[in-house]
Amino acid sequence: MIQETRVILKNAGQNNPESIEDYMAAGGYEALRKALSIKPAGIIDELLEAGLRGRGGAGFSTGMKQQFTSKGCQDCPQRYVVVNADEGEPGTFKDRVIMEEDPHLYLEGTIIAAYAIQATKGYIYIRGEYTDSIYKTQKAINDAYEKGFLGESIMGSEFDFDVEIKPGAGSYLCGEELTMLESLEGKRGNPRIKPPFPAEKGLFGMPTLVNNVETLANIPVIISRGKDWYRQYGTERSPGTKIFSISGQVNKPGNYEVELGVTLRQLIDDLAGGMKDGKTFKAALLGGAAGTFVDAGMLDEKMTYDNLREKDATLGSGAVIVLAEGDSVYDILQNCLRFFRHESCGKCVPCRVGTSLLVRKGVELRNGNPGKMLMLQEMEKEAELMAQTSLCPLGQSPILPLKSAIRYFAKEL
Amino acid sequence: MSNQAILNQFAPEQHNILEVLHAIQDNHPQNYLTKDALEETARYLGMTKSTVYGVAGYYTMFSLKPRGKHVIRVCVSPVCEIMKVNDVLLHLEKELGVGQGETTPCGLFTLEVSECLGQCQEAPSMMINEQVYNKLNAEKISEILNTYRAE
Repeated sequence: MIQETRVILKNAGQNNPESIEDYMAAGGYEALRKALSIKPAGIIDELLEAGLRGRGGAGFSTGMKQQFTSKGCQDCPQRYVVVNADEGEPGTFKDRVIMEEDPHLYLEGTIIAAYAIQATKGYIYIRGEYTDSIYKTQKAINDAYEKGFLGESIMGSEFDFDVEIKPGAGSYLCGEELTMLESLEGKRGNPRIKPPFPAEKGLFGMPTLVNNVETLANIPVIISRGKDWYRQYGTERSPGTKIFSISGQVNKPGNYEVELGVTLRQLIDDLAGGMKDGKTFKAALLGGAAGTFVDAGMLDEKMTYDNLREKDATLGSGAVIVLAEGDSVYDILQNCLRFFRHESCGKCVPCRVGTSLLVRKGVELRNGNPGKMLMLQEMEKEAELMAQTSLCPLGQSPILPLKSAIRYFAKEL
Repeated sequence: MSNQAILNQFAPEQHNILEVLHAIQDNHPQNYLTKDALEETARYLGMTKSTVYGVAGYYTMFSLKPRGKHVIRVCVSPVCEIMKVNDVLLHLEKELGVGQGETTPCGLFTLEVSECLGQCQEAPSMMINEQVYNKLNAEKISEILNTYRAE
């Protein structure tokens, strides 16, 4: 029976999130003090060696991202840190809990990340619906300014850093890092063509580091306790812990922080209280709408970035949406396809047309159409084409739930 | 407060537009952005009217038509669907006598659906204005609506 390993959520539910004193009493802002005594490049090295990977969904090396940003465009007068707090992936609610229950943790991580890349200005882009996250983060920022952890000469050093919240206004796509930059500049949420990557040319044309809330929340503990301590958790290639958001047909849905490498069965049975009312497990949608369905055959696979990828599944944001016998995979797949249709920005043709087409064909599947397998093949072909030709991850995503639903549940679609 | 007074709280720079539009919309008793408000915003931020309209029309939290005093946003994400949010929606439609995207004749409520609200541990969920309500069922919904009606 596994238990939670609370590294990131250690204060959550224990401390008053609105009290900077509580946070400091638990060792808060000591990592920042230590960071400011190290050279910025030393911070990046520590993160590289700790092997931290982005917790927003893509799983890219955080240290490498910082290294690229710190070296990008040396002539540019400004460098930015952008916190991706636009948590919108269906079934994902981990960043909200960090922001609501321990906002100083990711704020401290943000300040350290800014120092590592020598950014003097940061923006926290929080989705507009997360009113409590916005409130708690603003309180944390105000208190951090008062204590001298933000502003000029932080903790007596020569490092200056200002940060402010920018609320979103209801757009899933703005959680994609380049689209977020467009939104921050006051534009429609249309994605940018890359390259250039934000590390070279990001917000207002300046080198910009975009990191997810959970990723940043990992930084203080890596700095304060070191890479070796951090690496005792997780696996060689996926070190550390990960917060999984477990929802749907389980007895105790919620956020659970575990070492990377636990299995889906352990998550459901040991942590989430087992299947709701003794129902039988049917499927899980891993990683949200831009994720993959798996069936009971995957229950004992290790939940790491690499192992799931090898099995054509995704870890993504850490969403685990559990379906029981009696739930319809078809309904949930259609839900995902409608979601993509609604959130497509319409900028590029394959996605604008393709997301509508997939919903329509999905409806036709249930209209007594005799050529079901042919229709599924057509849908898959369409989604494949979208994945190859769309500009941003939105158009590239419908293939994930579609293909996996067909693979495991074609009979009932 | 006048729109101009709200605008004056922000630096006249394009990157402030989402905050500006939120503030102006929240200030309107019918929770929406009027044509005049968009034009004043364009003038103040030095943007073209079409650009401002493009931004306001893009983001789902903004409305370009009048809404009720209270905006109900029901989460229709996969998790809420598994947890029977369709029953919640049907009950709301019946109790309010309006469909999705519509406003009650008394002007008190507008019923909208929303993508994932991030409350999946206690689905099904909805927001009324800035307040979140979880673990919804018919009885609970009636109680919640009554508290708003009694205000």
